[in-house]
Amino acid sequence: MSATGAPAPRAERTDRQHVRRIGLIWLIACAVAMPVVYFVLGPHLPPGNDSYQAASQQQDNAVLAVIATPVMLFIWIYVGYAVKNWRIPADTPLEEIVDGPPIRGHRGFQITWIAVTTLTVLGLFVFATVEMAVDHGAGTGSGSSPIWTPVGFSSNLKDNKLLQVQVIGQQWRWTYRFPQYGGVETADLVLPAGQQVQFNVTSLDVIHSFWAVNLGVKADANPGVNNIAFVETQAIGPVDIRCAELCGTYHGAMAQTGQVVAHQDFDTWITAQLALHKDLIPQLPPYADYYIPQTDGGYYDPAQDPPPPVDSGLPPAPDASSSAGAPSPSPSSS
Amino acid sequence: MATDIAVAGPDTGGTSELPAGPGGPSWWRRPGLLTGVVGAVVGYAAGTYLGTWLGQDNQQVQGMGHNDFAVTLGYVIGTVGWLAGIGALAYPVQKMLGHQPAAQHEHERGVGRYFRYTLDHKVVGVQYLVAMISYFLVGGLFALAVRTELLSPTRHLFPPGQYLEIVGEHGTMMMMMMTSAILGPFGNYLVPLMIGSRRMAFPRLEALSFWLTPAAFLVLLSGLLIGGFPTGWTGYAPLSVEATQGQDAYLVAFGLMAASMIVGGFNIVVTVINYRAPGMTWTRLPLFTWSMLVTGMLMSLAAPVLLLGCYLSLMDRTVQTALFDVEHGGSPYLWENIFWFFGHPEVYILALPGFGIAAELLPVFTRKPAFGYRIVVAGMVGVGLLSFFVWQHHLFVSGINSDMRPVVMLTTEMISIPTGFIFLAAIGTLWRARIRLTVPMLFVLGGLFNFLIGGISGVFLSDVPTDAVAHGSFFVMSHFHYTIMGGYMFFFFAGLYYWLPKMTGRMLGKRLGQVHFWTLFVFFNSTFLPLFAIGELGMPRRVFEYADSLQVLNMWVSISAYLIGVSMLVFVYNFLKSTVIDDPITLAENPWGSRGLEWFTSTPPATENFARIPTVVSGPYEYGTAAGPMAVFTDEDLMQPEGVS
Repeated sequence: MSATGAPAPRAERTDRQHVRRIGLIWLIACAVAMPVVYFVLGPHLPPGNDSYQAASQQQDNAVLAVIATPVMLFIWIYVGYAVKNWRIPADTPLEEIVDGPPIRGHRGFQITWIAVTTLTVLGLFVFATVEMAVDHGAGTGSGSSPIWTPVGFSSNLKDNKLLQVQVIGQQWRWTYRFPQYGGVETADLVLPAGQQVQFNVTSLDVIHSFWAVNLGVKADANPGVNNIAFVETQAIGPVDIRCAELCGTYHGAMAQTGQVVAHQDFDTWITAQLALHKDLIPQLPPYADYYIPQTDGGYYDPAQDPPPPVDSGLPPAPDASSSAGAPSPSPSSS
Repeated sequence: MATDIAVAGPDTGGTSELPAGPGGPSWWRRPGLLTGVVGAVVGYAAGTYLGTWLGQDNQQVQGMGHNDFAVTLGYVIGTVGWLAGIGALAYPVQKMLGHQPAAQHEHERGVGRYFRYTLDHKVVGVQYLVAMISYFLVGGLFALAVRTELLSPTRHLFPPGQYLEIVGEHGTMMMMMMTSAILGPFGNYLVPLMIGSRRMAFPRLEALSFWLTPAAFLVLLSGLLIGGFPTGWTGYAPLSVEATQGQDAYLVAFGLMAASMIVGGFNIVVTVINYRAPGMTWTRLPLFTWSMLVTGMLMSLAAPVLLLGCYLSLMDRTVQTALFDVEHGGSPYLWENIFWFFGHPEVYILALPGFGIAAELLPVFTRKPAFGYRIVVAGMVGVGLLSFFVWQHHLFVSGINSDMRPVVMLTTEMISIPTGFIFLAAIGTLWRARIRLTVPMLFVLGGLFNFLIGGISGVFLSDVPTDAVAHGSFFVMSHFHYTIMGGYMFFFFAGLYYWLPKMTGRMLGKRLGQVHFWTLFVFFNSTFLPLFAIGELGMPRRVFEYADSLQVLNMWVSISAYLIGVSMLVFVYNFLKSTVIDDPITLAENPWGSRGLEWFTSTPPATENFARIPTVVSGPYEYGTAAGPMAVFTDEDLMQPEGVS
């Protein structure tokens, strides 16, 4: 494959020598960069380890960064090497250029490339799927009937052992309801540390996205939808809350700081909230998976639906039996 | 300019009521920009009047406080008036009425043809080129306004609503108008030249696809005058349904652009399939043409879905259907799915033309055959096919059926395999090459560098656990700027520096070109690399307020963004200097020494491209082989390509 007739100022290296040199540079660069990325950069990658999910997202970030490192290094080193070694002056007159060797392909290289990229991609897919299953959706909003649920989850609210926090997005703030504490609605988010939490994210108007940055939680808040995300809190400290979906004028101002506190502090706080809002709680619409504002300013209450005709042949409406005040069951899961 | 070509065009027969030149009818009777503007104004007035009349007794309209009928009909009928005024409707209407249409000025010469409904694909290409650069610069100014607001972590320059209008205008201008930034100028101009054809399959559709873009551009900009739109370029319902009249501008403009994409892409596809010169087999087709073919297919298959979405959303806003409105039984997921079903193929509408330019230019500036030609083609086709199966990764955290996520994750990660083929080809082509770092080659290598970062960051977004952090943050924003601005636009500039000599006979200044490249490359990376970090550290997109701790990074980014603006000024100066200010210099017929068929004709090419239809006898990338020139000219004047498999 040597360039026929090229003016050779020094002895041309063979293909094998080029491959060896590029490979050596690449291996050294990888040997330096990959541990740096994983062990030095990795522990500082977002979103930190304030929750179990956040920690595994951080781990995942680090793993992907380590896999990306050799790929990027290879392309950079190769192109740099090629430009340095095989460059001719850009203004070389055309008639003085001797064309390069007519290589149209290289079976081994092509097969290796395709095999490596395919295996990498499949590996990443398996890794992320396992991660998602183990972490109960990895902190993401998983819809109203999630398939990977933590122990203690039940689609029936009464049997559900997780701490229920309903996140209600509205233009332009978040409020939180705690159905296990009388359905009290608070303006701030306080969570106990070391607790499995189930966020039930919904919206009253447009699409928002609940992003608890350092807990690694992100779930879109859709009107008329209960979007469930699981997180297991670990460390005590502040929680940065943002809105991650454009929701109108003050989208940028939907930022808030919540708290993860010790269990007894959470109990103190929720008790204080119950006392503070005791006159308001009866006026709230009954706790439901979601609330549909009516044009008269009230909220849709399934209990007030007229009963279906007896012999209509249709199944009864799922919420028709639940009385006001009691938690309504989640939409039936598959 | 070679004017000695005596081939009659297909449309020169028939009685000519509107002959060109001083002997023709008075200037106001000839369709052109002025009649177009008159038509648009008359149409807008008529539409607004009609809409006001329709809506006047409508309780819903009165309750809303804004009449979307009037605005929508004004825009739509105004566009029809614009097209009628520019002369787009004359031919089909006359045909429909059974008249023999007057000959259009297909062979019109002089500067005037660039301002008319001209059917020559080369004129359309130049029109597209100037228009796309203008749209790009306008969109860039909006970006600088966004970065100015983000100099401070609190509101300081624009009120929040106005800030969102600017964000929306920037995003929509870039993602919507720039879809044709390569297919429009280079696809239309070069595809017939590269396949050895004298014309496009549907010259009228081609001209239509261009003349819809100024309408879309003006409609989109005019949205600012009536309150702008708060939804960004994604137009999510129900925010879009409750927004004021500016949203109609977004929907109509996006719909017009979708129509432009459908006809423009369809035209390219039909042309490539049917108008190839004898001997231009599928394995000899230039890789740029392959990319145009696949892009055209994506456009004509994906854009109808967008058109549907815009139509449905306008229905929700005007006649109060409730397709996206939960309160009355609709679903916001419907818009998200429709939009991204278009939106993800669109991402590849923005990526594939760039791949095509990279694959086309690399052999020229390495003096080697394209490495793995078939693999590159397979990669492009594979990307095109897979792009229709990945859209739900935009909805990973949206709460739709989560069982789908592993599947979508797999398809999304799989698309990086065919995308990687372009790097495979680049690596192989650079091996033992004769690399000439000309300005186009610099842009190709810079584009590959940026696209690599864009592609790798895309893997983080395709992976659900890491997407939990990155989704909706500046990480996403930086990712697609790396692929589109860093990839697509770098390849666009590569194509511009490379083919402008073909299109105009003028070479862009080399020294200024190098300054343009290096400043753009450095400041682009210095702008967008920190944005990955900013996103991961918890800054969502489209916010006017952010954490104090991120201010230093944001200021760095803003200042770099201004310097990108300076770099673009260098480009604009270079472009104007080379094309308008400086006297033309005599240029080599084939300044880069390319084998491509587009260099087999005069520069700039004559009206009918080729005096004689070339017969293709070898591939376009046979550098260093014994193959002779790519094409030969036989004595026979073949109008119909034959013997093409």
